[in-house]
Amino acid sequence: MSMLVPPPGRETSSRRSAAAAPRKRTTARQRAKLNDPLHHLETPTEAALPKPFADWFQNRGWNPRPHQLALIEASRNRQPTLLIAPTGAGKTLAGFLPSLIGLADQRRERKGAGLHTLYVSPLKALAVDVARNLMTPIEEMGLKIRTETRTGDTSAARRQRQRVDPPQILLTTPEQIALLLSHPDACHLFADLDTIIIDELHALAGTKRGDLLALDVARLRSLAPEAIAIGLSATVAKPSELRAYLMPQSSPESAIELAHLVVADGGAEPNIEILEIEDGVPWSGHSARYAIGRVYEAIGRHKLTLVFVNTRMQAEMIFQELWRINELQYPIALHHGSLDARQRRKVEAAMAAGGIKAVVATSTLDLGIDWGDIDLVINIGAPKGSSRLLQRIGRANHRLDEPSVALLVPANRFEVLECRAALDAARAGVQDLSHARGGTLDVLAQHVLGMACQRPFKPDSLFAEVRSAAPYMELTRATFDRVVDFVTNGGYALKTYERFAKLVATDDDHVRLAHPKFAQQYRLNVGTIVDAPMIKVRLGGRRTRPDGSARKVMAGGRVLGEVDEYFIEQLRPGDAFVFAGEVLRFEGLRETDAFVSRAAASDPIIPSYTGGRFPLSTHLAERVRNILASRCAWDVLPGPVREWLDLQSRHSRIPLADEVLVETFPRGDRHYVVCYPFEGRLAHQTLGMLLTRRLDRLGARPQGFVATDYGLSVWCGRDLDVMISRGALELGELFEEDMLGDDLDAWLAQSSLMKRTFRLAAVIAGLIERRHPGREKSGRQVTMSTDLVYDVLKKHDPGHVLLEAAWADAATGLLDITRLGDFLRRIKGQIRHQALSCVSPLSVPILLEMGKEPVAGLGREDALREAAEAMMRDATRGT
Amino acid sequence: MLKLKPERLGADDFKDQPISIAGKAFIADMSGALYWPSERALIVADLHLEKGSSYARNGQMLPPYDTHETLEKLAAAIDRYDAETVIALGDSLHDVAAADRIGDEALAKLRIIQADRDWIWITGNHDPLISSRLGGLVRAEIDVDGISLRHEPRSGRVTHEIGGHLHPAARIYLNGYSIRRPCFVGNGRRLVLPAFGSYTGGLNVLDDAFVPLFGNDGMSVWLLGQEGLYPVAARILKED
Repeated sequence: MSMLVPPPGRETSSRRSAAAAPRKRTTARQRAKLNDPLHHLETPTEAALPKPFADWFQNRGWNPRPHQLALIEASRNRQPTLLIAPTGAGKTLAGFLPSLIGLADQRRERKGAGLHTLYVSPLKALAVDVARNLMTPIEEMGLKIRTETRTGDTSAARRQRQRVDPPQILLTTPEQIALLLSHPDACHLFADLDTIIIDELHALAGTKRGDLLALDVARLRSLAPEAIAIGLSATVAKPSELRAYLMPQSSPESAIELAHLVVADGGAEPNIEILEIEDGVPWSGHSARYAIGRVYEAIGRHKLTLVFVNTRMQAEMIFQELWRINELQYPIALHHGSLDARQRRKVEAAMAAGGIKAVVATSTLDLGIDWGDIDLVINIGAPKGSSRLLQRIGRANHRLDEPSVALLVPANRFEVLECRAALDAARAGVQDLSHARGGTLDVLAQHVLGMACQRPFKPDSLFAEVRSAAPYMELTRATFDRVVDFVTNGGYALKTYERFAKLVATDDDHVRLAHPKFAQQYRLNVGTIVDAPMIKVRLGGRRTRPDGSARKVMAGGRVLGEVDEYFIEQLRPGDAFVFAGEVLRFEGLRETDAFVSRAAASDPIIPSYTGGRFPLSTHLAERVRNILASRCAWDVLPGPVREWLDLQSRHSRIPLADEVLVETFPRGDRHYVVCYPFEGRLAHQTLGMLLTRRLDRLGARPQGFVATDYGLSVWCGRDLDVMISRGALELGELFEEDMLGDDLDAWLAQSSLMKRTFRLAAVIAGLIERRHPGREKSGRQVTMSTDLVYDVLKKHDPGHVLLEAAWADAATGLLDITRLGDFLRRIKGQIRHQALSCVSPLSVPILLEMGKEPVAGLGREDALREAAEAMMRDATRGT
Repeated sequence: MLKLKPERLGADDFKDQPISIAGKAFIADMSGALYWPSERALIVADLHLEKGSSYARNGQMLPPYDTHETLEKLAAAIDRYDAETVIALGDSLHDVAAADRIGDEALAKLRIIQADRDWIWITGNHDPLISSRLGGLVRAEIDVDGISLRHEPRSGRVTHEIGGHLHPAARIYLNGYSIRRPCFVGNGRRLVLPAFGSYTGGLNVLDDAFVPLFGNDGMSVWLLGQEGLYPVAARILKED
């Protein structure tokens, strides 16, 4: 796992307005920036645009932008190309222009079904939106081009027809491409494929969906060798990874092939401010309730405001709070991924029609959908990464010549620092770096089965094809064979499933599907999105029995939307929570439906909220550490935050940028150790688990820990300062990197996070089915059985390929081991210990999280023992 | 009466728990097995042997170690109590063809633990027939010292009964955790055993399926933890 090297920002272009004079030759400054010979911004001429297109631009009063012309030229030269452009730069049109021009030329010859261009987007909604926007140029130029969308919502009949009689341009998602490729008729369907447009590539590459798409694109290239891939992306720190993604790779020994790169000019500098409320920034929490009045005022001053939050629950809460003070009755709407699709469509339509003043939204609206004339973006809570922030604020003002206006609302004091860091990064145009990672093996397993569904394959040729996909460039033959074994019969050390094999060898060195029923199974299980199983929220209400007692209604009822099973598991019947903008009472769960009634309580319980889903990015973390370390940077911080840091420097210490501060102090009958790595919640949780294990072994009697994005605190029964002075505890050893060895293994074997990761891999790889014809399985049952399967597999077949896949995921995903490892190496010899007599100012926000999150670290077994003891005490008292 | 130590009870104090059914004394083991000291008999329910290969037949290649794992666990429980008789309360096999799929190694293992003791297979809905390949006696149900041992508990206020079939599990919330575990559930007159097999799921004891058995008379629940068996007050149980 290596970090991509060059300094951030090197490859981003100048952020100046492009819309004003696109015909103008590039400036000297631009040439200096874009001296890469691959840039063609200087060469394209008007001749690149055929007449009807040139006329169309003229009629609209537009000039084709340089990057749009550059893409036409690249397509003409059959060069796979990555286009990097900010929102509003006509990115999508640029992607489609080459195809529209190609299709307008009626002289094309057909070899297959006539499908010319495949457009892939990570979001269904985006595909639908783009299809709608694409109709404008097609209709206005009178082009005879058939475009259609294909998503999970498309009717079965229509999907069936699309396989035989496809449109010329098909707009779809990665999962649908995998499905199309699993049919024998794929060869005919894709024979005429000319262009594959991958939108929002930065959001796909480096994810499991991106892996799946890369493998599918590799197959598409085999079926249509002439086809080229065009990637559309927001600005990223290092485009090489995306450029490699778009190219067929030859072998790991030779140089990495990179697609042609076109960078569009950026728009005006964004105008970002941090909301400052002199005496109100709370110590902890994520609600930003204190700022709601000011948020409301800002909404009032603008036409259409987008209020971004990090989680669905936060969206619900902010929405409630805004309506509570909505004296002017502004139309304020709510939009997040858990809501029923119809409700979301209604909000989207209202936004586009201009009937809405503000929308509270989660990342469902992050990606490039154009919903209307947004003139303010408010980001509540910390943005967690500079790239995410830049994309979000890019949503305001789609006209490039006007600056985006954004307001950051920190929810607590640490978030003030983080917002400041993000703002500096955004002004400097610096993006987060991403970790390069190899393609995942569970996705490969799914793909191998899918390819067998299409037609028998030769392992040698499939291996070569898979390796041509950039994420799998370094895949070894041995690993590939293990994956094929896994698909065939489970790939276990104990060979008992040969007679049930899904794949069988043919006489001519091919491998084929043993039975057509497996193709059917594959199609029901395709895809990589295995979020926590979703539970439908149904409004069932309560009825009264003849005897006057209330009876729960646990059948029927209107569906309000879906929530993660994880969330529902935290609720007890009778709890009130906010969902779909209403206060609801949880009545109970039946199979995959949660039944709720309208609650009378005006004050909903908002169940424990564990911060943003996205951990603080490495790059922002570093900036936060730097702000902390240099006093002159404090000047821009609000008064209370400055005083807080001042207090910390007098009471304890402000950590230098390259050291980690560790504080110990007693409080009540507990002894606390608090440290501030700023490495994000996931890495801190893992660190907390490992520190607790070590402290336990050293006899410090740790009782629990709490982790935030900024730091973590472990509390113990023994005085740590005494242990340190007696030499029983040495902090350098406590934070020794070798904790990532045996300790981690031992902990992982029991970790529920690991089991969750395993379940993900097991479902994607096809070990556990999502659905089965005629026998719908609820996510609940899946959870049960994968845990049992994990335990058995770990014990009897610890080297199994699926455990390897889960481990690799955990390292970069939920456990963030990679980042933790970097941290432990970084702080070697840099630990600064402060023994204090009482709690430090900096630690307060972290300690305040204690009551709000389930106390991690205390074993479940302990809890069970306590329950049993309580029961036994009751029993003895009674006699 | 229970004796409490002055401070905390250790893990060893929870390895097993005494249970009384219709006036007879039993020991519930943390593995999910029930030992009957006066009969020197070990009772287990719902082994579901060869569940893994049953799924594999349909293309879901679950790890093929479940039968081995279940038999190991059973052997350990038999050893712990030195049982003279073993009674499997039905659904010992996941399906009627399962006996033919048991591998030679697992079969040998079964033969070893069956040696020198009486072995009774009670039939269940998954295994109405049990192949002679598996040895032992096969019965639809048996009575031992006035207690009926059968797979599916009878509906209604039946007493003097030990059964399985339902895979009881219970959920509690403690310290912010939700814990869901297989459990023994009974009311002093009858008892339902947890499923013993390694790939078996569980049904919440608050589910309607348990109402005909225990009505509203209350029930006692013993949760299977990783290190012990824990009696838990029925009032803190939660629905799924």
